[in-house]
Amino acid sequence: MVEEIGKTAEGDLIINVGPQHPATHGVLHLIITLNGETIKKVEPHLGYIHRSIEKMCESLTYRQFIYTTSRMDYLSAHINNHACALTVEKGLGIEIPARAQVIRVLMDELTRIASHELWWGAMAMDLGAFTPFFHAFRERETINDIMEETCGARLTMNYMVPGGVMMDLHPNFQNRVKNFLTLYKRKIHEYDELVTGNIIFQNRMKGVGVLSKEAAISFGVTGPAARGSGVSCDVRKLYPYEIYNTLEFDEILETEGDSFARYMVRLREMNESIKIIEQLIDNIPEGDFQAKTKAVLKLPKGEFYQRVETARGELGVYIVSEGGTTPYRIKFRSPGFSNLSCLDHITRGGKIGDLIASMGTLDLVIPDIDR
Amino acid sequence: MFIVDYVKDVYGAMKSLLVGMNRTGYYFTHHKEIITEEYPDNRETLVLPERFRGEVVMAHDENNEHACTGCSACELACPNGTIKIINKFDISPEGKKKKAIDTFVYHLELCTMCGLCVEACPTAAINMANTFEHSVFNRGQLTKRLNKPDSKLKAGVE
Repeated sequence: MVEEIGKTAEGDLIINVGPQHPATHGVLHLIITLNGETIKKVEPHLGYIHRSIEKMCESLTYRQFIYTTSRMDYLSAHINNHACALTVEKGLGIEIPARAQVIRVLMDELTRIASHELWWGAMAMDLGAFTPFFHAFRERETINDIMEETCGARLTMNYMVPGGVMMDLHPNFQNRVKNFLTLYKRKIHEYDELVTGNIIFQNRMKGVGVLSKEAAISFGVTGPAARGSGVSCDVRKLYPYEIYNTLEFDEILETEGDSFARYMVRLREMNESIKIIEQLIDNIPEGDFQAKTKAVLKLPKGEFYQRVETARGELGVYIVSEGGTTPYRIKFRSPGFSNLSCLDHITRGGKIGDLIASMGTLDLVIPDIDR
Repeated sequence: MFIVDYVKDVYGAMKSLLVGMNRTGYYFTHHKEIITEEYPDNRETLVLPERFRGEVVMAHDENNEHACTGCSACELACPNGTIKIINKFDISPEGKKKKAIDTFVYHLELCTMCGLCVEACPTAAINMANTFEHSVFNRGQLTKRLNKPDSKLKAGVE
């Protein structure tokens, strides 16, 4: 049996999951080759939501192209915009005011918590539990309200501009965030009671979808999915940007590499983000929220690259400039695409019932994969 | 020892299920913690923050005057070609030609509500309204003219 895995033989069942399937979190198409209940091969088919964002960016100016990246990984839209703004600032060589840096990091971490909370709810729903979804959305809604008040939008904020942030913080911001922190601390134990400690959940997660450290590195998996396998890859720690090198937080590492390890990494990461917000919320420096920039931005001729840690992993933005007002070429190294590539590896030889659970722990966002 | 482990497992499993059920029971009996908002029914009481980015509008004062000089900064800032400004030339009483807007065309169907036009406007003539229910039956209704008929440029705005 073992040598047959990976090859199609007569009598194998080929089924399609998606592209219109709620469990794939979007328009992902999986072609699964089955032998009975055992998965022999999983083949993802991409491109159903390809909008050619990279090509589109080539015709937009350096101020305009940032908003399109909110539509890539829409759950960490802030962090995507942040990466683009950082790359343009690198090219322009401008200094960002301290206030803008703190605001940016605060927003990033709030986004990370919101993203992980949505993932937690969707993850439980993948396994058939519906209640946790509403519990997760209760806290996430508080963050969305904060974003709506300060940035003007709930999901696609477009708050980062080259040189800082678009508007100053709303006067209510600090109080709102503090209210959120109390709510979060009052409610976080429910997450463990409802899902983490649940015996059915543990039996379905432990020892399933194992991704070894070597495989994680060779597939280019980043973010919480790789940290669950013991790969130290947090860009905030390894290549600090903005003010992350002055903050105290831990990089969460688990060594088992199974679905449960990836789950635990994300849950514990939320607490680290809370730690960062607590350090910053009372210490927002006074000053400008935006550096003075020219009306028309022109990057010097050359290549610029910046990576950031989104909620899903490492996002790289690569800009080639010819000296004009629009980029010559833009490339996004999105975390979702690399994380998806290990799906075949971790589910092969397992049961079809575990496929959706393993896929859920990778935290895939399909528009991020296709772009 | 096998029996002891087995009993421990069963006990732990039962306990974990009861802990989860306890949470469910808590919310079943604590109705005040429910935070559902029933959207179409709460339209009267729904308050959106003032920064909320709905459609672009142009503010007019009581004399039917606006602050748009027709500089086209918003048109250039827009990534989607949502805004089109058609200019005309007014003849002032002294006989000088003066540029003014004839029509400020706004295509709501192309707008992504990014707010870059409002950022770019040097005279704060346009801003984003708090409306978010944009459904119409005819696509033509989404193309709007933002300056009101016979409106003029406010005195003192250059």
